[in-house]
Amino acid sequence: MKLLSTKATCNSHGQDSSYFLGWEEYEKNPYDEVHNPKGIIQMGLAENQLCFDLLESWLEKNPDAAGFKRDGKSIFRELALFQDYHGMPAFKKAIVDFMAEIRGNKVTFDPNHIVLTAGSTSANETLMFCLAEQGDAFLLPTPYYPGFDRDLKWRTGVEIVPIQCNSSNNFQVTEAALQQAYEEAQKRNLKVKGVLVTNPSNPLGTTMSRGELNLLVDFIKEHGDMHLISDEIYSGTVFSSPGFVSVMEVLKERNELKVSSNEDDNNADRVWDRVHVVYSLSKDLGLPGFRVGAIYSENDDVVSAATKMSSFGLVSSQTQYLLSAMLGDKKFTKLYITENEKRLKRRQRMLVSGLQKAGIGCLESNAGLFCWVDMRHLLSSNTFEAEMDLWKKIVYQVGLNISPGSSCHCTEPGWFRVCFANMSEQTLNLAMKRLTAFVVECTGNGGSAKRNGGLKMKSLTKWVFRLSSRRDGREQEER
Amino acid sequence: MTQTRKPSDPKHRTREPKTPSSSSSSSFSTSGMKLIVPLQGVVQGRGGLFLGTLIPCALFYFLQLYLKRRRSGFNNPPSPSSTSSPTLPRTSSRSNLSTRGSISRVRVSKLATLVAKPDDSLYYLGLEKVSQDPYDASENPNGIIQLGLSDNKLCLDLIGKWVSRNLEGSLMGSSDDVTLSINGIAPYQPHDGLGELKMALSDFMQQVMGESVKFDPSNMILTSGATPAIEILSFCLADHGNAFLVPTPYYPGFVRDVRWRPGVDLIPVHCRSTDNFNLNITALEQAYSQARKRGVKVRGILISNPSNPVGNILTPDVLFSLLDFAEEKNIHIIADEVFAGSTYGSDKFVSIAEILDSEYVDKSRVHIVYGLSKDLSLAGFRVGVIYSFNHTVLAAAKKLSRFSSISAPTQRLVASMLSDKRFIQEYLETNRYRIQQVHDKFVDCLSKLGIKCAKSSAGMFCWADMSGLIRPYSEKGELELWEKFMSVSKINITPGSACHCIEPGWFRICFTSISFEDIPLVIERIRRVVESCKSSS
Repeated sequence: MKLLSTKATCNSHGQDSSYFLGWEEYEKNPYDEVHNPKGIIQMGLAENQLCFDLLESWLEKNPDAAGFKRDGKSIFRELALFQDYHGMPAFKKAIVDFMAEIRGNKVTFDPNHIVLTAGSTSANETLMFCLAEQGDAFLLPTPYYPGFDRDLKWRTGVEIVPIQCNSSNNFQVTEAALQQAYEEAQKRNLKVKGVLVTNPSNPLGTTMSRGELNLLVDFIKEHGDMHLISDEIYSGTVFSSPGFVSVMEVLKERNELKVSSNEDDNNADRVWDRVHVVYSLSKDLGLPGFRVGAIYSENDDVVSAATKMSSFGLVSSQTQYLLSAMLGDKKFTKLYITENEKRLKRRQRMLVSGLQKAGIGCLESNAGLFCWVDMRHLLSSNTFEAEMDLWKKIVYQVGLNISPGSSCHCTEPGWFRVCFANMSEQTLNLAMKRLTAFVVECTGNGGSAKRNGGLKMKSLTKWVFRLSSRRDGREQEER
Repeated sequence: MTQTRKPSDPKHRTREPKTPSSSSSSSFSTSGMKLIVPLQGVVQGRGGLFLGTLIPCALFYFLQLYLKRRRSGFNNPPSPSSTSSPTLPRTSSRSNLSTRGSISRVRVSKLATLVAKPDDSLYYLGLEKVSQDPYDASENPNGIIQLGLSDNKLCLDLIGKWVSRNLEGSLMGSSDDVTLSINGIAPYQPHDGLGELKMALSDFMQQVMGESVKFDPSNMILTSGATPAIEILSFCLADHGNAFLVPTPYYPGFVRDVRWRPGVDLIPVHCRSTDNFNLNITALEQAYSQARKRGVKVRGILISNPSNPVGNILTPDVLFSLLDFAEEKNIHIIADEVFAGSTYGSDKFVSIAEILDSEYVDKSRVHIVYGLSKDLSLAGFRVGVIYSFNHTVLAAAKKLSRFSSISAPTQRLVASMLSDKRFIQEYLETNRYRIQQVHDKFVDCLSKLGIKCAKSSAGMFCWADMSGLIRPYSEKGELELWEKFMSVSKINITPGSACHCIEPGWFRICFTSISFEDIPLVIERIRRVVESCKSSS
C-alpha cells in the first residue's frame, strides 16, 4: 500500500467523533410528519428554510434568469465558457449592493475588492492561506462554529487559540480574555496573525456590540502585523435590536476606512488593510446548496492572491448569472430582507417560549438561525461528561439532534445550540412538546436530574459504545 | 538538432524568496566556523587532537540540527537546483513587469505574496493581454484572437439547444419529483456531489471512453472543476516538499494546482520531438534516480492523457510500463484524462482504468481526474471528478471536497443533460467530427506556411514547430517570436517555455475557440509573422 500524505491519514481535521453520533442517528431515523413521526428531529443544522416560497415565486416570475437568457436572448454561449476567476462583474456588483443593503447602506463596498468562492467554507480557508504561515495562530472567541477546526486548520496548518468567553457577561469578548489568549499563544510559541470573529455569532445568535468591535480594532492596531477577520455570514438574519453593526461601520466611525488609492492620502496608522469580511448566501438567502461565498478586503495583495486561489473553488457561471439577476432586483431584495427578518423573529419567539414552558432558558439573541440554550440545571454534575450524557439522552430518548456546547469549545458545560429555521412550525412545536415531557420526567421523577443520571447512563453508554464501533466515519455538515 | 535550455535566469533566481533554512544555514556555517576554530584550540590543549576536533564538531552538528527542527515546516519553493527546477519562470529578458505587487505594506503570508505577484508565465500573460483587447468580428476586428485557451466553442449550439428545450424540468426537480420546488437545490447537499450526478457522470465517462470500461459512482468525488481535483489529490498523495514526476511539455496550470498550496514539486521528465514527445520510460527512470540522489521523495507521476499541449495519446504499452514503474517504486499515478472525449485521429484512446481491468495490478495507486470543461464545453459550470480505487484517498478527498463543491442547480442541470443518452451520443459524435474538420484544415494550412505540427490524435490544439522561425535558437528567440505574434499579428498562442518544453520553438495553438470560417483569417495573421521572420533572416 503506497503511503498517503500525513494530511490524508491523520485525524487533525477537528472532527469530534462523539459529536457525529447525533447526525448518524438522525440519518438512520429521520423525523417525517407522515412516514416516521417518532423519528429524530434535526435541530443541529443551521439552515434557513423559512423563505423558500419567496425564492420560488421570484424564479417563476423571472424564467429568463434560470433560462440563460438576458432580455429574451440566449446568453448560454457566454455562460458556458465563463471561467474568469475575477468573477462575473454583474454578480459582484449585485452582491456588494446586497451587503450594503443589509447594513442599512451605512457602509458601501467596492465590487473590485470582492473575491467569489465556493461557499464561506472556502473563503475562510483561503484567507488563512493568505494571511498566515503554517504553525501561526488565529485567536477565536469561544464558543465558535465547530467547522472552524477543520476549515481554518486542516490544510493550512494554522492553529486556533481560543479567547475564553463565559456566561457572566453573556459570552462577550473582554479585553482581559483577549489578552489572556494572546499570552497563551505566546506561551505555546505561536505567532498570532490575527483574530477571527463571527458576527452575528454562531452559536450564540447575538450581534457583537460596538464596544467589542472597537476593542478588537484597538487590539490589532496595537499589534501592527495582525489581521481581523469578521465572518458576517449571518448579517442578514438579524431580527431585533440591537441592530447589526459591521466592523466596516466601526472603521468608518473611527475614520479609519481607506480614503483613496493614493498611498499618501491614507492614514499612516492604517488598519483598513488588515480588516477582512467574509460573506455568503447560505444563511441570509437560504441557498447553501448554491455554494456562494465571498471575501471582502481593501488589501490589494489579499484580493489579488485570493482571486487567483479562487480557481480552486469557482462559483458556477449559471449560479452567478441567476443570482445576479435575483439580487439585482432591488424590489425583491427589499421584500426578502424584511420578510426574512419577520419570519425569523417569529420563529425564534416560538422556540424561546417553548423552551420556557419546559423550564429552560436561553441566551437572549437577536440574530442567527438558532438559540444558545442553557441546560446547566439539567446536568447531573457540572462537567462535560454530564453534558455528553444529557446530550445522548436528548438524541436517543427525546429524539432531538442538537449541538452540545463542548463541540463549540464552550468553557462552561450545559449549553446547547438549538436551530429553529430548518423545519416547519408543527415540527418545532412537536420538538418543544417532547422536550417539555423529558424535562418533567427528569425533574419530576424522584427529585433532581442528578439522581436520574446513574442507572440510565450505564445502559446508554453501553449502547452508544456498540454503535460507535460500527461507525463508518461519515462526514456531515454541521453549520 | 535539439538544444537544452539555458539555466534559469539568475535575475529570476534572486526574485524567489530563499528558504529560511538554506539562507540562514549558509550564514550559520561561516559564523559556526568562527566558533569552532578557537574552541578546537581550547579543547585540543586539554583533550588532545582527536577529542579537540570531535567534541566541537559534535556540538556544532547538534546545534544545527536543533535549529533546523525549530524552523516551520512550510517553506517557500526549495532553492533552485540547476535546470531541472520547473518552478522558476523560464522567461529571461522579460519586458518590465510591475514589481509593486511584491512589496506589501502589511505582511500577508509568503504564499499570498508569491501568488499575488503579476504572472510572469507567458501562458497567463497572454490570457491577460487578450482580456484587455479581445477580438470580436464586429466590435473589435483588430483585437487579439484567443488561441491560447483550450475552450471548445464548436458545439455550443448543440448544448444551447438542449438547454432551451429541457431546462425547466432539470433545474429544480429530479425526475422523481412531482412538483418542482427549490427544496431540491437550495439546502445543503453532500459536499462530494449529488448521487444522481455521480451516476450520470459514470455513465458518461463510460460512453466517452468507448464503452470499454465501467466506472463505479461510489469511487467518485465531484469537485468544482478539474483544477481543485488535482489540488485535492496532491494534498492526499504527497506531503509538503515531496515531488511528482511529470512528462514535459505539460499544461502550465499544473504548477498552480500542485505547488502553490500543497507544496509538492514537479520534476520534469523531458520528452523529445524525435519521439513525437512520447514518454520514454528510461527518461522516467533517470529523473526518478536523480531526484532520489538529491534527497527528494517522489510520491507519484502526473500524466495527462490525451496529452496537453501535444495532443498525443498514450498507448496501452506505455500505460503498462507506467504501471510497472509505479509498482516497482511504490508510487502513485495521477492520470488527467479531461480530453478523453475530444479525439479525432486514428489512434484510439484507452483510459488507464481499462488497463487496470485487464492486468493484475494494485489499483489503489491509480487516480483519474476528469471534467466537463473540455469534452462538454462547460468550463463555466465547474464540474470535475476524482476517480480512485483507493478508499483512504476517497475518504480524505470527500472531506476535502467541502472546499470545492459544485453549485447544486448546476449539478441538477448537468445530471439531467448527461442522462439524455441519445443527445450525448449525438453530441460526442458531432464534436469529434467538427474537431477533426477544424484540426485537419488548420494543420494543412500551417504546413503550407512551412510550419509542421507534431502528430496528434486528440485535444483542441496543435503543437506547432516554429523552431525554424526563431533567432536565436533559444528561449529568448522563442520569446521574441511570441511577442511578434502578440503585437504584430495579434494572436495569442502559448510558447513551449510556458509548458516547460525542453526544445525551443514549439507553440501550442488552440483551434477550437474559432470557427471553421475563421481559419483563413487566423492563417493570414500567422502568415504575416512568418513572412516577416523569413524576410528579416
